[in-house]
Amino acid sequence: MAGTWIFVEQRDGNIRKVTFEMLSEAQKWGDEVSAVVFGKGVAGLAPELAQYGAAKVLVAEDDIFAEYNTGAYVAQLAAMIEESSPNAVLFAHTFNGRDLAARIAQKLELGLATDCLEADISAGKGVFTRSIYAGKALAKVEIASAPVMGTIRAGVWEVTENAGAGEVVNVDVKATAADVYQNVKEFIPTVSARPELTEADVVVSGGRGCKGPEGIALVEELADLMGGAVGGSRASIDSGWLGHELQVGQTGKVVNPTLYIAAGISGAIQHLAGMSSSKFVVSINTDEEAPIFSVTDLGAVGDLFKIIPTLIEELKK
Amino acid sequence: MKVLVCVKQTFDTEAKIDLKDGKISDAGINMIINPYDEVAVEEALQVKEKGLAKEVVVVSAGSDKAVEAIRTALAMGADRGILVKQDADADEFARAKVLAKIISDEAPNIVLAGHVAADDGSSQVPTRVAEILGWPHINVATTLEIADGKATCNCEADGGNQITEVALPAMISTQVSLNEPRYPSMKGIMQAKKKPVDTVEAEAVESKAKIIEFALPEAKAAGKKLEGEPEELALAIADFIKNEAKVEIKK
Repeated sequence: MAGTWIFVEQRDGNIRKVTFEMLSEAQKWGDEVSAVVFGKGVAGLAPELAQYGAAKVLVAEDDIFAEYNTGAYVAQLAAMIEESSPNAVLFAHTFNGRDLAARIAQKLELGLATDCLEADISAGKGVFTRSIYAGKALAKVEIASAPVMGTIRAGVWEVTENAGAGEVVNVDVKATAADVYQNVKEFIPTVSARPELTEADVVVSGGRGCKGPEGIALVEELADLMGGAVGGSRASIDSGWLGHELQVGQTGKVVNPTLYIAAGISGAIQHLAGMSSSKFVVSINTDEEAPIFSVTDLGAVGDLFKIIPTLIEELKK
Repeated sequence: MKVLVCVKQTFDTEAKIDLKDGKISDAGINMIINPYDEVAVEEALQVKEKGLAKEVVVVSAGSDKAVEAIRTALAMGADRGILVKQDADADEFARAKVLAKIISDEAPNIVLAGHVAADDGSSQVPTRVAEILGWPHINVATTLEIADGKATCNCEADGGNQITEVALPAMISTQVSLNEPRYPSMKGIMQAKKKPVDTVEAEAVESKAKIIEFALPEAKAAGKKLEGEPEELALAIADFIKNEAKVEIKK
């Protein structure tokens, strides 16, 4: 069959945007693009996937795929890859995508490039640009094994509508209960009206200069005004003002929003690594020598407790 | 029960990255245990201290210098170490193969390793090792409980917390929020010098992925830095948000 396969990242029928980003970008490689989706009642997702260029939608429907579990998904996808020999298989660089891609790659003894920002795929060969040292450097990785496999960072590629045929192909279910080795007892969604850090278009982060929950509350109010996500530097995470999952930096999340606002963050190298690919950066810091200003488009030397309330009022106008 | 921990020696996360002769330069860089692996070491020690395990073995695949990472783990309290000498160019496939061989020989009940390394950021090796061994795994664990031959973890999944249970032996990859790693005590450091560290040569495994070029990201041009009254600064930022970044405001 050859072609490029994009593994669809979805939960309860909600497709993550990174899937559309991959479908859109994959059109550039001139190979037939198929979306691969596993789940229960997921065939109905085909029109949505076709909208971004999926010529085929390979669907494996079964109760066993209702929730992501490594063993069943690996068994199914490995069997499909062996049978159809696609040129490339791409995954989202997410909790599930990383998990599935790494285990499949080892099972089929393949190379895998993770957290990729660029991909150049031609028959039997793939060169990926990936971020290393949390974005402090870039590496071009060549994958010589086939199919070429990579996981792609969310938010890097543009979504472009490009109508594909979206022909639904129901594939035989190869996974059985014997393939399941994890008991996923519960998934507790984060109760938040805010977008996820790694997918947000706007991120407002608070650091040591927030001094405590009051400062963080200002950061949150500002973020909400723009429908943005809230993040923090290591200082505010270690102080317990924000949960660890909200840390931006080398030992936390790498974000790439259109707008990043750093409030009271000095800009340690480990933090800069996590946010320097943001399109626009605004920083507020009392220390005019703060390193954050070196990666800032618009910096304000001043007290965030005085600036942010006025900023909020002004934005509301 | 025996716990095995995989550790990787990495650059200090505060290190600035430079290139020399087209490769990442390690000149003057302070080397540490990958922070995600350091948490794995701490967790292994806690498992032992709870009386659930008798021995904590630390394994690192890397250059001779990686023995420092093993010594640090021993100083924290691990019992013995194994250094597998492997070329720095080895990819995740080759690393996983080599580590899986050692783990298979050691036959631990549980293996802990950081879910990602702070240097290459690839998040592959623990999952690949589990596949080779035919073991279950749990990734990005923020808690670990061991009981009745099973491991149960809370995991930092996208958009929520996932609770997963697997039967032992299993591979658990750790998130930094799992615990607060201890500092080695002076006594620990002295004792670590006497603890056994075996050195073995890695079996030859051909890599499937090859780095063909390193680069540094384009430096961002320095922007404007404004000083003045808070009100003026706020107005300038508001203008920037609306007219430059063109962000939609939810009123």
